Order: sequence, then structure tokens, then C-alpha cells
Amino acid sequence: MSLTVDIHKQLGRFSLDASFRADGGTLGLLGASGSGKSFTLKCIAGIERPDRGKILLNGVTLFDSERWINLPPQKRRVGYLFQNYALFPNMTVRQNILCGIRWERDRARRAAELRRVVELLHLQGLEEQRPDQLSGGQQQRTALARILVSRPELLMLDEPFSALDEHLRDQLQIQMKKLLDTFDGDILLVTHNHDEAYHMCEKAAVVDGGRILGVRETELLFLDPGSVPAARLTGCRNISSAARRVGAYEVEIPGWGIRLATARPVKEGVRAVGVRAGAFSHTCPENRFPVSFTGHMELPFETQMCFRYEGQAETEGELWWSRPGRDGKKGLPQELGVPREDVLLLY
Amino acid sequence: MRAWASRPPDSMDWYPLWNSLRIAAISSVIVFFAGIAAAYYVARLPRALKGLLDVVLTLPLVLPPTVCGYFLLLLFGNRRPLGIFLAQFGFKFVMTWYGGVLAAAVVAFPLMYRTARGAFESFDGTLAYAGKTLGLSNSYIFWRIRMPVCRQGILAGAVLAFARALGEYGATSMLVGYTPGKTATISTTVYQLWRTNDESGAFRWVMVNLTISAVVLLAVNLLERRNRRGTAP
Repeated sequence: MSLTVDIHKQLGRFSLDASFRADGGTLGLLGASGSGKSFTLKCIAGIERPDRGKILLNGVTLFDSERWINLPPQKRRVGYLFQNYALFPNMTVRQNILCGIRWERDRARRAAELRRVVELLHLQGLEEQRPDQLSGGQQQRTALARILVSRPELLMLDEPFSALDEHLRDQLQIQMKKLLDTFDGDILLVTHNHDEAYHMCEKAAVVDGGRILGVRETELLFLDPGSVPAARLTGCRNISSAARRVGAYEVEIPGWGIRLATARPVKEGVRAVGVRAGAFSHTCPENRFPVSFTGHMELPFETQMCFRYEGQAETEGELWWSRPGRDGKKGLPQELGVPREDVLLLY
Repeated sequence: MRAWASRPPDSMDWYPLWNSLRIAAISSVIVFFAGIAAAYYVARLPRALKGLLDVVLTLPLVLPPTVCGYFLLLLFGNRRPLGIFLAQFGFKFVMTWYGGVLAAAVVAFPLMYRTARGAFESFDGTLAYAGKTLGLSNSYIFWRIRMPVCRQGILAGAVLAFARALGEYGATSMLVGYTPGKTATISTTVYQLWRTNDESGAFRWVMVNLTISAVVLLAVNLLERRNRRGTAP
């Protein structure tokens, strides 16, 4: 099981340079809208044509600009779950699913395959319904059934949960994860939601400005994003505008007027520092500095506090501290600390 | 109403009815496919070319029909190069009933083309992409997905085109004139009878025309209701 992508496409001023490898499991592509992640999927599916480069899936060349190979989407064996599921509105659930297996000549086999995916995705009793009669979750399952019945070698999910209501989303994520674990090909999942990427994907890569910034274990990516876009996309709210190396384990942040001790060695060329809103603590003895609070946002189970360091520059934006509990704005501390291992070095 | 009774209907020459129906039917079949094909390809063209072709293909809608007829005469006239060329194969569009088909088709074409294009442009392209990744052939996607999904717009265009072809007067009278039993259609007959002071004759044909229009509209309504029942619970 392997997918190799190395493509380039110029779209007006925007240029896409997608280069990555996936071998087994679920790979998340985490990026803001317009970063080129959906476009990358379209190139892999054969809907869009890259200017140059190569796409290989399990040893089969899907696209190679040098050898003039460009397989049509019909021959790529790539399953594509669209954001809006793209069910054919003029067909029933059964007819929609059968569209995925029209190549199978044997009627009995076709019927058996239909039964298999209907059971796999719990669509029993919905076969004669039309898409507009289904709930969002049922539509998603129908679209997945239609893809799985075609036996793809690669599964691509484009923002699969964005069209769903929030209360459904978490539940469906858990179901989907179980289902994906039974799929034996590669899976690509495109999302802008860091929680979704964290839960669904073993590996993840950040997509920023048409570039894919290295595939990494999802946990490691969240632990040490390593770059400003990656920090932002993994949900880090406090990112300094600049940083300077002052010691092997010490970094200076001029904008915040402080120096932070780090757990990871500071390399030359560090560009910024990130601290997650949950990493600050008024009990932590490390990296303690005086702060003044400027505002707060109360949420059901936590309070988002806005603060500035004493020596913080005017140009630098407010920092966020997310404090568990509802009465977060009571008993404000004079100083806040940050554990060394939570100082994220961004290059 | 005395005039209506003065001449029994069985002595009426029904040729204009038959000719009108035949011209409208044939031209709308041609326009149906030509309009859909044009709409499909123009919708996919680059913007500049699209704008230019759009103007050319819509022109017959905004030009007075007599001007369309004038252009048709310029092209297909008996002494024009194209007319002479076609005459070698036995095709003469001037003063023939199938000249009427040409005139009606040209005038009705923009209605089909524009409504079909509107329908195609509002079609969700991801449906076609999904079909492709599922291995469906392009022709299957076109006939079984794109066309049914755009059915409403295409049907509306076809009905408009048929109605327009049936009522065509200006371009038809320029190109094929009025010859009883040869090129006469309902609309040219009404005008001819009125002009020759046969008020009752004109009235009869007006009634015939009203009947046809009513039947067409009724059929469309029935068809739409059946379609709606097909998709709704």
C-alpha cells in the first residue's frame, strides 16, 4: 500500500507544489481553505491535471508528465468522498450504490456486493429512498457505500464532516474511524479541523500556501509543530512575531519582552515561538513573568483570559490563557508560568 | 358567428394545420439536440470565446423575425452560392415546406439553447466528477445524471422552442411565403385570410391555434406533475 505524489501546478498567481508519500493507514492533510489541499485530491483523482510531476499508486503510474501518462479518473481506482457527498439526486440509494459497480457483469455478484456494503454501512431499509429524503449522516454513509462497492485502492475524504451538525459530527467521527480501520488501502483525509485530524489520522501533514510541509506522526506534529503555519493549524493561539536564539536552551521573544527556557535545543534560525492557550499556568514555577489581564471570554466549562506581559510591545497582540472552570476571572494571578516542554520552537 | 356556420368545417382545407405541426415537430427535434449540444459545449469554453458565441447564438432571439428571414434569404436564396450548392442535392429552402422548418428552427433555437445552458450551468459539477471516479463513462454521466438532473430546464426549453416554432410567422413568410397546400402554415393562413377579408376563416384558424396551445400547455403541466411525483416521497 503506497501512494507517491510529486506534482506542480500553476494557477494564476497561486502555485501548488505537493510532494508526499503515504504508506498505509490514514494520512491527514491539514490546511486552511485555499491552501490547495482539495486541489491536490482532485489531481490525484484525475479531475484536475497537474502541469508536471508524478503520481503513483501501489506501483501503478496514474500520472507522469515526462512519460505522457495521464490515466482518466475512471481507471484510477481512487474513491473520492466529496464535501457535499455528490449523491445523484435523481437516483435512489440502491441505484446510487450500483453506480459504483457497473463494471461487474455478473448480476448475482452485483447483488451480493450491494448487500455487503448496505450491511457494512447500516443502510438497510433505506435502499429505495432518494438522497433528499436522507439525513446528513445517511447521505454520508450512502456516499461511502457507493465508493467502497467500487473497491478503490485509495480512499480520499474531503472535509467529510463539515456538512454535518455539530452533535452528529463527533458520533460519526467515531463510527467512521472504525470503518476506516477495516479499509486495507491508503486513506487521505483533508480537513481544516485539528481535532478531526488528531482523532482520525495516524499521520498528518500541514498544507500551507500550496506546499505540503512534511508528513509526520500526528501526535508528534501536535507536540512540536515546528513551523508557524503548522502551529496555527494545530490550534496554537499564541504565536510571537519574532524570536531570537540566546542560548542552547533559551530563546528571547522581543515582542513579549521575555526570555523563555526550553526543553528542546534551540537551533539557529528560529523564527517564532508558540505557546498553547492551555499551557500557561499560575502554579508552574518555570518561565514565570508578571502579566496584566485585559479581558476575558466565558465559555461553559472554561474561561479564555486575555493578557499581556509587563514588557510586551504595543504592536504585539493579546495572549490567550484558557483556564479550566467557570469562575476563571476570579482571583487573578500576578504572574503566569510556562513549562519548558510547552515552549514550541517554530522555524 | 354566422360566418362560422356559413361554411361547413368539412370543406375546410386542413393543410395548414398539418404543415404547422410537422414544421414545429421537426424543427423542435432539431433544435432540441442542437440547443443541448451547443449549451453543453459553450458552457465549457473559455470566457472570451463563450461571450462571442453566446451573442451569435442568441441573435435570432433579439432580431426581428423578418430580419432573420432576410439573412436566411441572403444565405439560402436560389441565386446565392449556398443556395446553388444545396440545389445540386435537391435541397431548395426557398418556397418549400422544409424551408419553413429551417426558418422555425433558426428562430426557436436561442430559446432552447439559453434555457439548456442555464440548466447546465447550475448543474453541480462534483456530480460529474463523482461519476468519473466511480468509473462511469462520460456518456452515462451525460445521459443518466446530467440530463435527468437538468430535466426541468431542458423540458422548459423544449416547450418554449416548440411553441415558438408553431407560432413562427416573420422568418417563415420571408423565406417560404404563403402558398396554399404547399407552404401555408396556421399563422400565415390567418394573416392571408384576414388580408382577403375572410374574417370567419381567420377566426376558425385562430380557434384551431388556441386549441393546440391549450393542449400543449396542458400536456406540460401533466408531465411536470408526474415528474414531481416521481421524485417526491
